Amino acid sequence: MILQTITFYLFAAITVAAGFMVIAARNPVHSVLYLILAFFTSAGLFVLIGAEFIAMILLIVYVGAVAVLFLFVVMMLDINFTDLRQGFLQYLPIGGLIGIVLLVELFMVLATWQFGPDVAAGAVPQATTGGLTNTEALGAVIYTDYAYAFQAAGIILLIAMIGAIVLTHRTRPGVKKQRISSQVHRDPKTTIEVKKIPPGQGI
Amino acid sequence: MTIGLENYLIVAAILFTLGIFGIFLNRKNVIIILMSIELMLLAVNINLVAFSVFLGNLIGQVFALFVLTVAAAEAAIGLAILVVYFRNRGTIAVEDISQMKG
Repeated sequence: MILQTITFYLFAAITVAAGFMVIAARNPVHSVLYLILAFFTSAGLFVLIGAEFIAMILLIVYVGAVAVLFLFVVMMLDINFTDLRQGFLQYLPIGGLIGIVLLVELFMVLATWQFGPDVAAGAVPQATTGGLTNTEALGAVIYTDYAYAFQAAGIILLIAMIGAIVLTHRTRPGVKKQRISSQVHRDPKTTIEVKKIPPGQGI
Repeated sequence: MTIGLENYLIVAAILFTLGIFGIFLNRKNVIIILMSIELMLLAVNINLVAFSVFLGNLIGQVFALFVLTVAAAEAAIGLAILVVYFRNRGTIAVEDISQMKG
């Protein structure tokens, strides 16, 4: 139990520190890398609490897809980031004020909050029920009770994919492409011309 | 000393606040703003999973999955818009976007 406590505090500290560096790093590439670190450590927190499936999905989706997408965009766009840092300190007071107010509010909610009387007070964390593993139990719920929501999630991803392709697709002029139909429809009448060349003269 | 629900909620609250703070701090850089939104969604996910585990109810984890799906879709669309905007304007400064009227 003491090991679990130490692990939790370690992961929580790393997550918060990485989250801070995401917004404070000078180089956006470093920000993305700190974001990846935050995702990794919070996946560790999820494993610690017993939600393995969400932890693995977090790694696959966030680290494998979203963060790498950010990395691609940051590195591909040739942006002068020093200009964008102008006014960084200008917004620090108002941003800090709002952040501190929000944090104090959240802590006040947290301090006074407690479980309702009709809720079985979950002193013992249990990620699964009935001897199933976390993934099995989650699958049994997703594919039955939440089947429609699951399909809707798939449609959201499909629309996002189509939208991203439609937005970024462009037809460039002057790109040589193979057109099979025009290749097949070539025939000697249109491509070959027989010329009669008199001797001693060129064309 | 055991790890309770409150510990997870505090971590999530700090992460969420950092996300808000990041949006204010990096007003000009859309990429950092998008990353701050990802941080906030991560905090929401931590909350959902923590409540799900400590209440012994799986539905919180199902919702965390859906939040994850929406976050991925949002990042893809947002970055696509960003790429198109950069292609047209040569910059990603947020302040100029308000000029894009019609």
